[in-house]
Amino acid sequence: MSFLGKITMDAIPLHDPILVVTMIGIAIGGLVLLGLITKYKKWGILWRDWITSVDHKRLGIMYIILALIMLFRGFSDAILMRSQLALATNGSPGYLPPEHYDQIFTAHGVIMIIFMAMPFMVGLMNIILPLQIGARDVAFPFLNNLSFWLTASGAILMNISLVFGEFAKTGWVAYPPLSELTFSPGVGVDYYIWALQISGLGTLLTSVNFLVTVFKMRAPGMTLMKMPIFTWTCTWANILIAASFPILTAVLAMLTLDRYMDFHFFTNDLGGNSMMYINLFWAWGHPEVYILVLPAFGIFSEIISTFTGKRLFGYKSMIYASGAISILGFIVWLHHFFTMGSSANVNAFFGVMTMIIAVPTGVKLFNWLFTIYRGRLRITVPVLWTLGFMVTFTIGGMTGVLLAIPGADYVLHNSLFLIAHFHNTIIGGAVFGYLAGFSFWFPKAMGFKLNEKWGKVSFWCWIVGFFVAFMPLYVLGFLGMTRRLNHTNTPEWNFWLYLAAVGAIIIMFGIIAQVIQLYVSFRDREALDDKTGDPWNGHTLEWASTSPPQAYNFAVIPHVDDIDAWTDMKEKGQAYVTKASYSPIHMPKNTSAGVLMGATLTIFCFAMVWHIWWLAGAGLIGAIAVFIQRCYCNDVDYYVQPDEILETEKAFNLSGREGVKA
Amino acid sequence: MLIRNLCNIALASIVLTLSGCKGGVLDPKGQIGYDEKNLIIIATVLMLLVVIPVIVMTLYFAWKYRDSRTHEIYAPKWAHSTKIEAIVWAVPILIVLVLGVITWESTHRLDPYKPLEGKGEHITVEVVSLNWKWLFIYPEQGIATVNELVFPANVPVEFKITSESTMNSFFIPQLGSQIYSMAGMQTKLHLIADEPGTFKGISANYSGAGFSGMKFNAIATPTQANFDDWVSNIKAQGNTLTKDGYYELAEPTENHPVTYYGNVEDDLFHTILMKFMVHMSGKNDISEMKGMEHKMDEHKDHSGHSDHSAHSSHTQGEE
Repeated sequence: MSFLGKITMDAIPLHDPILVVTMIGIAIGGLVLLGLITKYKKWGILWRDWITSVDHKRLGIMYIILALIMLFRGFSDAILMRSQLALATNGSPGYLPPEHYDQIFTAHGVIMIIFMAMPFMVGLMNIILPLQIGARDVAFPFLNNLSFWLTASGAILMNISLVFGEFAKTGWVAYPPLSELTFSPGVGVDYYIWALQISGLGTLLTSVNFLVTVFKMRAPGMTLMKMPIFTWTCTWANILIAASFPILTAVLAMLTLDRYMDFHFFTNDLGGNSMMYINLFWAWGHPEVYILVLPAFGIFSEIISTFTGKRLFGYKSMIYASGAISILGFIVWLHHFFTMGSSANVNAFFGVMTMIIAVPTGVKLFNWLFTIYRGRLRITVPVLWTLGFMVTFTIGGMTGVLLAIPGADYVLHNSLFLIAHFHNTIIGGAVFGYLAGFSFWFPKAMGFKLNEKWGKVSFWCWIVGFFVAFMPLYVLGFLGMTRRLNHTNTPEWNFWLYLAAVGAIIIMFGIIAQVIQLYVSFRDREALDDKTGDPWNGHTLEWASTSPPQAYNFAVIPHVDDIDAWTDMKEKGQAYVTKASYSPIHMPKNTSAGVLMGATLTIFCFAMVWHIWWLAGAGLIGAIAVFIQRCYCNDVDYYVQPDEILETEKAFNLSGREGVKA
Repeated sequence: MLIRNLCNIALASIVLTLSGCKGGVLDPKGQIGYDEKNLIIIATVLMLLVVIPVIVMTLYFAWKYRDSRTHEIYAPKWAHSTKIEAIVWAVPILIVLVLGVITWESTHRLDPYKPLEGKGEHITVEVVSLNWKWLFIYPEQGIATVNELVFPANVPVEFKITSESTMNSFFIPQLGSQIYSMAGMQTKLHLIADEPGTFKGISANYSGAGFSGMKFNAIATPTQANFDDWVSNIKAQGNTLTKDGYYELAEPTENHPVTYYGNVEDDLFHTILMKFMVHMSGKNDISEMKGMEHKMDEHKDHSGHSDHSAHSSHTQGEE
């Protein structure tokens, strides 16, 4: 084995013009960014206030930045695929040969689920959940920082595969035997395994962290049945993560043993069985979609009740419905492969279980409707996303139930109908939810509101683009087009393929509008300033803090008597009250241990991908050393002094009361 | 209301597809396909009973209770109504109850393993997915083809399916159900063509670089006699598919041309199915394999579904 393992000059894909241009683009962009940071002397701030921060709000912002960057990459992949399929008709090979195209659809799936949706969800949860329960930070602030860097490591590893070697050509599910060494001898699947393993570890640690936070750190008076609905749905999602991510870890570990040490868990020969992988993968994969969508349901609930100026209708119903979805989510995995050849009893059982999930989901939709009923709905950008979701998701839910009927799935399985269905629920449900939450909580995180006009432009482009891009896929599914085709030769499909490509371009305008929105809002941040901390007349405790909140969130932890704690405080005149004196606040100190462990583990994973054993050993030992050093470090906390708190509180409560009067 | 228009367009296009478009799963040419199309339509109509009201109510409520119309009753603290709660739980439960019954019944009726009743004797075709082509072995006729499947219309066909390497899905959209092909395992599918014609067949599970070219024509001949003619034509060509020939054929190729074999080595399908059961020494030790196959057949008699029978026999083989 050579010093550099399997790396040779051939690992860099200089033969592919698209990749070379991408690499040059990344290189120039990266240099410009580094140059700007150096020019404006921002390295210190970046290191002290962000990279080493244990503040849940800053970590949340970093998660969302990561998600947005990965959204651009994942969406570029989508544009490549749609344009390939629009060009490669009537027998033309198009411009992306399978060698490249197969990596693109795999990367698109992995990026959008693992590195876009998950960080976006975790980011919003990071920023908002501790605020909503009146906590000063999460239970384990350092662990939170480490979780972020593990997620980022996975994303970095994913992007390294663009420059060194290749990514998996197996589809995002990496089914064996295709993903075994026999059929995928390259490093692509290894990148896939390690990127998912390391980010999965980060996600698992996050869920444990937030479960402890929710169960141990709620403000006095906040019983579980007084918790804000977003916190509740996040808690259900965290329970799902804690229960399901270990399955992913285990199944990927088994695939790793197959590929690295000649084990035979999933191989064709020597007693391996690939269907074991497929079962285990979906035992994680199905709960995963509820992990993505439950917090989004929580976001919609908060938005609807805030902007109608009403209490959420059927709060308890919503909690039980989320719980039902969480539990049922674990006993439906087989519906991903009804065509495996299970007996009719097995298929029928999983089909019926799947449909039952439609009941609590339907209840949620009705509850949102009755929250709007007799309210005063302000049609803001977050509300537009919510209404768009309710229409879109209902259609996605319907096609989902259709796919849950084994008899229908036998002809629709793996077709573009399926692709249309899950984009309908993941974009229409999760992504719309995150974008709604993004514009809803942006002022809280950043201190100024987002420009409404560009937000609306973005929404309309997204929703129109969504329907133009994905409704044709339903039709194509009915026309017998299966997924992951590289080129087609069926004239009846062409129109729909062209239309879908047009839809993707409309969505692209939506994304551009969001970039413009961010720029315009940042430019006009003085005018959009939020001094009250409560720009929407909110219901829950996150709006009781300054925007952006102080590191310690609350000068005094409020006592909670109502589900809508902040509304209750405002009504009782307990809002914006400055006390005569404050106690010192105990806070965690920043630490570089998280980023160092992230970096060393990235090196470990990279070395494992390329079989550079000495470097893998060095990376792993490095990570363990940093961790041990951190364990023995006593300099981990500090106190915020009362004078400082008093100053801040005086100014905030003054502007808060003025805001209320206005 | 742009959203509503879009929905209308979407629904309209679905309806259009339902009624007209050629060549897909909504243009079935066989009993299984017809039944599955009807199932899709019935289920969709049932679900629209909830879906349409929800969409209409969403848009209507958003319009009616919008902030700029302040004369509406405003009930900021109203958050519970047992009556409404009961209805919003009951309506979806009722629909799912009906759908559940339909699902249970149709899943048993459309079980791919179940022979078609009342259509007479079936013929058997053994299907092997290779990288990246389909091999069809006709055990009763003693012939084999690559990337072309021929059978008489109005005669049920029993497919026994396995894979040489990666997992694929054997699918003729216009005839109905698909089923996975998995190495070392056998799945079964029963289909029928109710009229003669040429239908597209595909792999519906991605299996690597040459996947897009893994297509075949499924030709239903007008009569049994036409089919017999076709068989004797192929027999006349000679060209035997031996075990060695099979391993040559199994080498990865893309867009493989249609190929005919007038003779097939005995038990080739079982050899392929059982090849992973043999220890390292591998492919050529036929005597050992034969014994195991025998045990497998015995085992099969007792189990309803035989997809994992190969594995069961593996355990027996080791005893």
